[in-house]
Amino acid sequence: MKKIGSTFGRVYMALIMLFLYAPIIVLIVFSFNAGNSRSIFTGFSLHWYAELFRDSMVLESLYTTLAVSLLSAVIATALGTFASIGFYSMKKRWREPLLAINNIPMMNADIVTGVSLCLLFVAAGSILGFSNGFATLLIAHITFNVPYVILSVMPKLRQLDRHLVDAAQDLGCTWMQAFWKVIVPEIRPGIVNGALMAFTMSIDDFIISYFTAGTGAQTLAVTIYSMTKKRVTPEINALSTLLFATVLTLLIVVNVRSAQQEKKRLKAERALRKTSV
Amino acid sequence: MRTKTHLFSIPYIVWMAFFVVAPVIIVLVYAFTSPAGGFSTENFQNMTDYLGVFGRSFWLAFLSTVLCLALGYPLAFVLSRERSHHQRILVMLFMLPMWMNMLLRTYAWLSIIENTGLLNQFLAIFGLKPLAIANTQGAIILGMVYNFLPFMVLPIYSVLSKIDNSYIEAAQDLGAHPGGVFRRVLLPLSLPGVLSGITMVFVPAVSTFVISRIMGGSKFMLLGDLIEMQFLGAAYNPYLGSAIAFVMMIIVMVCMLLMNKFGSGDEQVVAL
Repeated sequence: MKKIGSTFGRVYMALIMLFLYAPIIVLIVFSFNAGNSRSIFTGFSLHWYAELFRDSMVLESLYTTLAVSLLSAVIATALGTFASIGFYSMKKRWREPLLAINNIPMMNADIVTGVSLCLLFVAAGSILGFSNGFATLLIAHITFNVPYVILSVMPKLRQLDRHLVDAAQDLGCTWMQAFWKVIVPEIRPGIVNGALMAFTMSIDDFIISYFTAGTGAQTLAVTIYSMTKKRVTPEINALSTLLFATVLTLLIVVNVRSAQQEKKRLKAERALRKTSV
Repeated sequence: MRTKTHLFSIPYIVWMAFFVVAPVIIVLVYAFTSPAGGFSTENFQNMTDYLGVFGRSFWLAFLSTVLCLALGYPLAFVLSRERSHHQRILVMLFMLPMWMNMLLRTYAWLSIIENTGLLNQFLAIFGLKPLAIANTQGAIILGMVYNFLPFMVLPIYSVLSKIDNSYIEAAQDLGAHPGGVFRRVLLPLSLPGVLSGITMVFVPAVSTFVISRIMGGSKFMLLGDLIEMQFLGAAYNPYLGSAIAFVMMIIVMVCMLLMNKFGSGDEQVVAL
């Protein structure tokens, strides 16, 4: 009975997996297509990969995407970590409403965040004399990234023993030393996770970038969207195949490494136990 | 000591004032300003011209949410009962597609479902009639379910994986049949995850404009399309656009209130 249940579960998982991966497989296969059809395969070729590295518009938007994602992730992580520490040491009466405001960009539909920032930038731009471009794009990305950083740093702070800082200071640390040597190492996993989340959100975003980038700085997603209005060349398939391969490799490397460390740790523990017996 | 650390949040509080609070206030002001200037509720009255768009958006988003729940709950359950080191790998495999640009993944569906696409080429081998899926409302639902299914699975999975197997076994020992175990043990315990999954699917589905453009061939206007048109499209009218955006904020607020009422809401944490 149990066996049948688990087989059924496995089959179900495989079917959903097929559903999720079908378009990705199609995308990868057709990046090697000799022709330019998106549904008729006429032969293997690396033609579109060569085209890709000659297309300055795609490469430029790739560069914009990476720059804005990295910069916004770094700035949002710093801003969010300090904000979390600040919120954490505040009275509840102040913390609760501030956290509610912080949640607004995360809760609202992306399009609402996008158009509201768009209105702000257009209004400010007409007064101060600038138009939407890389700076507004970066501000928008930081704004929607900080809540994710706070979301992952706050729980780590709650786990932190409040007496640790006092103990460090009693033992002669200055306040600054206590901060860098006690608080930061304790909440580091939360900070790293928050930074990764922010970077992913940035890379993945289309809607907010679409409303805030203007014509000055197009991210990859915005470029792709303007292509879907006409026709997407298989060049973009080539690019996404390369990006997908990069992510996959990174994930495998990280996981194999952590699995190895886990194994080492278990071995060391077993050895310890043996010696103690 | 305390007096010092709370000052750390000042830069972000200033940031929020400019880039979170101010934009929301501007949307409110625009929503209640007539295109000619001056306070009015004209924009909200004009919205009645678009009741069809509202109806279609809500209906399609509702259907996709139900489908995501029907597909996602069993998946989350099966996942949560796997051995723990398998779970990690499987969850990652289900998340991996999200790392690829959603526009491209959605666009790739066209290769499969278009009239001369791969699905119809496959059906033709067996002499079956071609299916006309592309540019229909069904295609839009397909696009929504495809894009938002992980948002349903993740929060439900994170709740289910914390439920100890012994609860299920205890219920069985006490004579509950599988339906009873689900209805009286699993469902109540996983309700917060289900609610946050529903919100995380419904909100982007009701506000999308990309999926309807790509999968529906611009034939079916949704709320997202309507808003986009008022800001960047031909029908430039940020006043009406803001009014619709304001309605959308209300929808999100209602969802949040419902969630806070029934669950702790801690399950929205997006796992990487």
